[in-house]
Amino acid sequence: MNLTTEAPLISKKTPLLPATHSVRLTVNGSERELQLAPWTSLLDALREYMHLTGTKKGCDHGQCGACTVLVDGKRINSCLTLAIMQEGKSITTIEGIVQSEGGATSERSDLHPMQQAFIEHDAFQCGYCTPGQICSAIGMMHEGHAKTADDVRELMSGNICRCGAYPNIVTAIQSVMHPQPDTL
Amino acid sequence: MNPFAYTRAEGVSNAVRERASEHTAKFIAGGTNIIDLMKENVERPSRLIDITHLPLATVDEMENGGIRLGALMTNADTAYHPKIAERYPLLSKAILAGASPQLRNMATDGGNLMQRTRCYYFYDVATPCNKREPGSGCSAIEGYNRIHAILGTRDTNQDIHCIATHPSDMCVALAALEAVVNVTGPYGERSIPFAEFHRLPGNTPHIDNTLQDDELITAIDLPARGFPDHYAYIKLRDRTSYAFALVSVAAALELENGRIAEARITLGGVAHKPWRRLDVEAILIDKVPSKGVFQQAADAMLEGAQGFGHNTFKIELAKRAIVRALTEATNLNSL
Repeated sequence: MNLTTEAPLISKKTPLLPATHSVRLTVNGSERELQLAPWTSLLDALREYMHLTGTKKGCDHGQCGACTVLVDGKRINSCLTLAIMQEGKSITTIEGIVQSEGGATSERSDLHPMQQAFIEHDAFQCGYCTPGQICSAIGMMHEGHAKTADDVRELMSGNICRCGAYPNIVTAIQSVMHPQPDTL
Repeated sequence: MNPFAYTRAEGVSNAVRERASEHTAKFIAGGTNIIDLMKENVERPSRLIDITHLPLATVDEMENGGIRLGALMTNADTAYHPKIAERYPLLSKAILAGASPQLRNMATDGGNLMQRTRCYYFYDVATPCNKREPGSGCSAIEGYNRIHAILGTRDTNQDIHCIATHPSDMCVALAALEAVVNVTGPYGERSIPFAEFHRLPGNTPHIDNTLQDDELITAIDLPARGFPDHYAYIKLRDRTSYAFALVSVAAALELENGRIAEARITLGGVAHKPWRRLDVEAILIDKVPSKGVFQQAADAMLEGAQGFGHNTFKIELAKRAIVRALTEATNLNSL
């Protein structure tokens, strides 16, 4: 049998895909130009093209909140938006909350007050949902509609914690919302 | 996800032209539903036309005393807008009963009307579904149908092809408020009364609404009457937050001299569209509010309801929810 006359089983051709686009994203205060296919989600752009892996991929369907980031100060699910749609917006991820959201807790710490509170109140177990929880909590404080613990539970319901650290998450967030004088 | 091309629309007429020239293209705004459906291969557009740069994120007073909501207002900005919260608290409450804060920050009001059913079989491309693939059959009728419809499922021959529900909370309130949907197409503009926007499945369940493929929603008009004094939105679901309704009720009343002068009742989670019956609302007119008359309306509202096994509980649940919503709207327990 002459193998050279057989049609190859594997084609070396690449499929014809729609063109990629040059996309300028402003993330954590710095602008980056990326060459992206239109179907690249903001989440994938952050993780796979900018190597900002603090933002987590949980369900990839907008159900778990692990991918929560702030866009122009508002919390969104980065898995349900296209990177190309976020041009011209200011995107803040967990890596950028200290510089974008008002500085560290003290001169000796490089943590945002919400990060510090999550540590102090043991508000996580495995930690996978934590970046999304923290970005969501900061976004919730910007919105200004949460007053009570019940409000916090309702307005944080877009962030699932499979370990069930909810009581401590609510306590941590409340400690930032209503700081006690002796803890300042 | 299927590969697709991307266009950023520069104006309403430009967006409509783009859409009309490529019949497999789709508009994208908040994207919270269509991107999810594309990841599941349920939606496979050849092109997405990004309309988020159109100047439609507006709230305007209308000459008739109503408010015009631009189609690109986000659900969150609508619910918390001072004019909406004060004059249309039923709408605010319904919006805030749906989705999560992150999704409400992304999702637009026009997109809310266009969201597709959450039927598990519609989402699962391995199963037959008349809505996704006309003629393939309905997996829900004899399958697991806890979240499915109990009203308006039969076509004119009394056959059933689809028992999907419309998943929106916002639309239940908009139906009760008699909102009007303004759309632009290649042949101009038209206005669609809310009751005529969504449709029952009949024998064409793949068609969710009466919007034409090349038309774009530009605004939603709220009539002047907002029922800020007597309203209730009750949503019953399997967990207390961030879940779709098993049954929801929007109730709105106007009371004059201790009698009901105007009544609106709309159900969510029970049919292919928000379920409203003018003849049932008429039962309440000129009546003194009482549990008895509310029960009479609730029974009439569920007339003809049919369960499919797992969802049969919805019939009694809906009746009780209606009585509770009307009781809450009249503050009957505090009288």
